[in-house]
This record gives sequence, structure tokens and C-alpha cells, in this order.
Amino acid sequence: MLPDTMHAPGGHQAVLAHHFDDLEQQKDAATFGMWVFLVTEVLFFGGLFCAYSIYRAWYPEAFAAASHSLDIVLGAVNTAALITSSLTMALAVHASQTGQRRQLMIFLVLTMLLGTLFLGIKAVEYAQKFTEHHVPGPSFHFEDETLSAHAQMFFSLYFVMTGLHALHMVIGLGIMTWMLVWAWNGTITAEYASPIEISGLYWHFVDIVWIFLFPLLYLIGRHA
Amino acid sequence: MAHPVLLPPRHYLNDGYGVKSWLLTRDHKRIALLYLAGVTFFFFIGGAFAVLIRLELATPAGDLVSDDTYNKLFTMHGVMMVFFFLIPGIPAVLGNFLVPLMIGARDLAFPKVNLASWYIFIIGATFTMYSVVTGGLDTGWTFYTPFSTVSSTSAVVPAAIGIFITGFSSILTGLNFIVTIHKLRAPGLTWFRLPLFIWSHYAASLIMVLGTPVIAITIVMVAADRIFSFGIFDPSRGGDPVLFQHLFWFYSHPAVYIMILPAMGVISELIAAFCRKQVFGYTFVAFSSLGIAVLGFLVWGHHMFVAGQSVYAALIFSVLSFLVAIPSAVKVFNWTATMYKGSIAWETPMLYAIGFIGLFTIGGLTGLFLAAVGLDVHVTDTYFIVAHFHYIMVGGTIMAYLGGLHYWWPKISGRIYNEMLAKVSAAMIFFGFNLTFFPQFILGYLGMPRRYHAYPPEFQVLNVLSSAGASILGVGYLIPMAYLAWSLRYGRIVGANHWGAVGLEWTTTSPPPTENFAEPPVVTWDAYDYPTQVEGHVA
Repeated sequence: MLPDTMHAPGGHQAVLAHHFDDLEQQKDAATFGMWVFLVTEVLFFGGLFCAYSIYRAWYPEAFAAASHSLDIVLGAVNTAALITSSLTMALAVHASQTGQRRQLMIFLVLTMLLGTLFLGIKAVEYAQKFTEHHVPGPSFHFEDETLSAHAQMFFSLYFVMTGLHALHMVIGLGIMTWMLVWAWNGTITAEYASPIEISGLYWHFVDIVWIFLFPLLYLIGRHA
Repeated sequence: MAHPVLLPPRHYLNDGYGVKSWLLTRDHKRIALLYLAGVTFFFFIGGAFAVLIRLELATPAGDLVSDDTYNKLFTMHGVMMVFFFLIPGIPAVLGNFLVPLMIGARDLAFPKVNLASWYIFIIGATFTMYSVVTGGLDTGWTFYTPFSTVSSTSAVVPAAIGIFITGFSSILTGLNFIVTIHKLRAPGLTWFRLPLFIWSHYAASLIMVLGTPVIAITIVMVAADRIFSFGIFDPSRGGDPVLFQHLFWFYSHPAVYIMILPAMGVISELIAAFCRKQVFGYTFVAFSSLGIAVLGFLVWGHHMFVAGQSVYAALIFSVLSFLVAIPSAVKVFNWTATMYKGSIAWETPMLYAIGFIGLFTIGGLTGLFLAAVGLDVHVTDTYFIVAHFHYIMVGGTIMAYLGGLHYWWPKISGRIYNEMLAKVSAAMIFFGFNLTFFPQFILGYLGMPRRYHAYPPEFQVLNVLSSAGASILGVGYLIPMAYLAWSLRYGRIVGANHWGAVGLEWTTTSPPPTENFAEPPVVTWDAYDYPTQVEGHVA
């Protein structure tokens, strides 16, 4: 039904903003802008990693005990899902650069499915924590009373860190939906693939944040 | 003048009329004016709180407002001025207007993002204003925990959300400037031909992009503590309130450089234009901006000398804080050297520039007092620190902001204001400012603590002087509001280059066309190429 090669309805002028000289300058600016944005994201999550490192160094026992209560299988499945989604994203970028419209759409959909799977599993994990009374606050309860206060700190960080990561995933899914529309209506062409490329940069970044979160929250200190 | 100068037939102000043409504009010049309206509004809100503070302090007894109300007054004064006037002030108004013009670009790299940043700013301000009108905020602008997370009964959450949101407007502005300066410079405009205004905005943008996310995440943690009782900064659950201070000052100290670096850029332009000389030591001044940006990230601990910081950490932060004086002094010395044997024109913007140098020097030198650990312990939380940072932020940033606004007003509006009134109000601001804040150095040194609504009677004379100065300062700020607004309609129309200055922004019409330049400029000269380019110009 869809032609396998891409075409832009209005030609180049449709996508070249008035204040750029040519598409290359526009692409350079957009890519550079996304990298600068990702730097701000590093600093954004950096504040949390800083807090995590300090409290982990202060309360290693409580953090190990609290970490034990996380479901490592669900965490591992989610890690695999996200890494695979980065692969499909990279393939989507390749398809956009080579002008293969149908493949681009297939890979974008796969990326979104894997992202949705991640969020679904995350919701299951949150529900578990909720029923176990591991959500910080007045109703918090931890099995080992002596570690309770500091275990609560672990879960505070767990929910803020994974919550913000999940929020970034939701935003990522929104961007992917947008890109899917642009792929479908022919805005994306081999000459104008930079929206897919910079969306990919964002997606990979969110993936990488998880690559740090998974060991910090689920793995380190489990057997200490 | 024999022939009256006319406005160009087509310019950015008459390219579309009506509310929609403004609220949906992507023209950086119009967005700059949207920001101008926003920050002016918040400046006067913050100013109104300052008026009440100085009225209360005119007498030793706490008789005008209650202690709780006073806590809210100084908090909301600080929040409004810092986050909604000083930080966006110069970059979002003058920077937005001038960065593309100065580098010969048609717009910023991301015009839609630029417009979005204004809306984000307004949405954030709305949240904070909501907190102001629904009971106010009493934590101090610093939001120290656990008071802000546990104890305070005031509207912390909407204020914090407002500041969180506004932070993204700052990030997007910084991002836009960085990409624009890298990618959209006119042919021939190499890095070392850039105006120093651009260098200083570039340095400030780096801080916006690197620092602002940290305050954002810190506010998220405060909100998690306050809304969901998480306890990240709650000592009863092993949380560390001092960690909050580290994270807060990691942004909020560099934030001072977000305010002052663009101000320094303005001053470099003014000094060169009104001395008709190349800025002395251009390269040093350019790199000193980057030096300040880098060092600025390494000195936050000097806000915590009395917060239980280890003596070794304090020592290192002290030394690093002294180092910031070096690039700052490089600028002051180079401006002075530029003025030396220059043909100085005493126009209004130059009065502000000279005022800036004097006030910034006092503010900077008293900063050295505070960088010295022993002395800082003595004056911590006294009026000495209040005076110091007002000399930097008000004496520095606002002087430069007003100087820049007066200098580029003919470019922005195509018209000139009443010079007489402008000079009188510049003098009033300088005099009123010093009368307001210089006595506070003495008060602080004598031991008067900040943030109290009552004080011992022996401090009254100096406090009355300060309140009297504030009233002069307030009037000084109102006059430019009036004559600048008046000039928009009735001001004398001036040509493309009213001051006879060099710089790409002066090569296009006043006001510029929407696309900035009729012909894309090509640059073959260095910045501030004064002796050659303005030969024969009669000011």
C-alpha cells in the first residue's frame, strides 16, 4: 500500500526553515542542539546520582537489604527490552537515512512496543512495592525494623530515579508517535532524516540512564 | 537637522499587528519584547515587596507588619527578583534581541523553542504568583531544608513548581544561544571577531545549561519530600539537609554569574562605543568570561562556611573563591584601560556603564571579605552579605540592564528618549542605590542580622538612611519606565546608527526588518574597529 521509497511532497523548501542557509546547516544545528540538551539531562540525573552515592556510602547495609526486595528478574527483562529497543531505534535511523520508509515505520513501532513493555513491567513492579508497603511515607514498613529509616531513603531514591526515568520514557513514546506520523505522511526523507536521528539520540540517552540505574538499584550490594 | 529622519517603511514592529501576531511570533526581536514586558512586571512586583521591607525597617520596632509577614516579604522579594527578573533579565531581553543581530543571523537557531521558553517562563511565574497571592512563601529564596520540606506552613509547593518550570525557560534560552553562536555566525565572523557581548552570553549560556538542571532536580527532591513525605533531606530518616545546600548552591552560586556575565558583556559594548576605542585586551576579556563561568562552578561551598563543612573543604572553597577575583579584575582593569585616553561621550548609557564599574568594584571587593573564612564567619547572615550581593546584582546587573536598554533603545524602537530625564534618573539611581546599600555594609559589620523585622534602636540612623535611599532608588526606576514608554510613540525618530557605533546590529535599519538584514552581512573586520569605521561621523 505504501510506496517503499520516500518522497517529500513540497520538496526541500518545505522542511528548510527560513533562517538557515541550507539543509546541512539546519541539520547541524538540530543535532548540536540535541546534544546540548542531553548534557542538561546528564546534570539533571546527576543530582540524583550524587544523592544516591552519598546515602549509599553512609547506609550500605540498609541499601543492600532494600535492594534485595526488588525483583531482579523483572529488572533484567526490562533491561533487555530497553537494550533491544535501542537496537530497533538504531535500525530505524538507518532506514530513514537510506530512505526505506516501510522499514522505518516498522522499526519505530517495534521501538514503541518495547518501550511500552518496559513501562508495563515497571507498573507491575511499582504495584508490588505498593502492596509491600515499600513506598516511603507514613505507611512505610520494612521487614527489618533496625534498617527501616535508611531503607526508606533507598526507596525514596528508587521512586524518584525510576519515576523520572519512566517519565522520560513516556515523553520518548510521544516523540516516537510524532515521528511515526512524519514517516507515514512523507515528511521524513533520506535528505531530511535528522528528526529521526535526534529522536534516536534522545531514546538512546534514556536507555543509557537505565543502564546506570539497573546495577545501582538492583545489583550492587545484593550479596553483601 | 534639515531633513527629518523617517522610520523604515518595513520593520519587525509593523510586520503584522494584533495580539496574535505577538503571542504566536517566532521573531527573536518580538520575543525579546515579550520578555521585556514580563520581566518589567515582575521587577515591579519584587520592588513592591522591597518597598514594604524598607518601610518596616525605618523604625526599630516591628510595627508595620508581623514577623511572619516580614518573612514572606523578603522571601517573595528575593524569589521574584532572582528567578523572574535578574536571571532572565539581560539574556532573555537584550540577548534575545541582539545575539542574532550581532552575529549577522536571521534568527536564533530554534525560533519555536525560543517562543516556547517565554511561555514556560510565564507559566512558571504564574505558579509562583499563585503562591504569592494564596498566603505567600516564608522559606527565604534559598528554600533551606528541612524548614521548606517539613516545617513551613506557607505555599512552598506552588512556588517551587513555578521555579522548576521557569528553569526550563532558562535552559532553552541558553541552549538556543549556544547553538546559534556556534552554527549561525555570518561568513567571516570568526570567534575572535565576535563582540564581547556574545562571548559573555556564551559563557552565561554554558552556566544556564549546566547549572539549571541541578536546581531542577533539587526542587524535584524537595517536592517529593513535601508532597509524598519521602524524606530525602529529612534528618529523622537519615537524610542530610546540608546535601540540599550543596545541590542548591551548585546552581545558585553560578546563577549569580548568569546575572553578571551578560551584564559585563553589555558594559564592554558601552565602553567601546562611548570611548570610540577597541576594547583593551579583547582576548583577555573574552576568555575571562569563560574563566568566570568555569571557576563559578567550583566555589559554591563558600555559602556554607558555617553549615558544618569540614575545615579543609572550607579552605579549598575559600581559595577558589579568591580566584574568581582574577578574571573579574581583568575585566574591570581592561574597561578602565579602554577609557584611558578615549574620547569619552557622556551619554546616558555611558553613565550607567561607569556606575556599573564603580558599584561592581565595591561589590567584588567585599566579596573577597566573604571569601575569607575567618571574616565570613563574623559577617554571615548579617546585612554585610545583603549589601554585598545587592552591589553585585542591583549595582551590577540592573545598572548594566538599564544601560543596555538605553543604548539599544534606538535600535529596538527606532526612537530616542528624553536625554535630560534619562541622565537625571541615571544619577538618581546611582545616588539612591549607594544610599540604600552602603549603610548596610556598616550595619552588617556592626552585627545587625538579616531577615528580622525588628532591630536594636542604635541601628536606626543607618536604617533610616537606607530606607531614604530606597525611596530615591524607587523613583529613579519609575522615571525610565515613563519616558521609555513615552518615547515609543513620541520620541524623536533616529537613524540606523544613532550612536555612531560599530557592530553588525548598527548596520541594519532601526528598527530592523523581520529578517534582520536586507543583505546577509559578510564580516571582514575585527570587533570594535573604531578608528577606521566611524571616521567622519558626527555624534
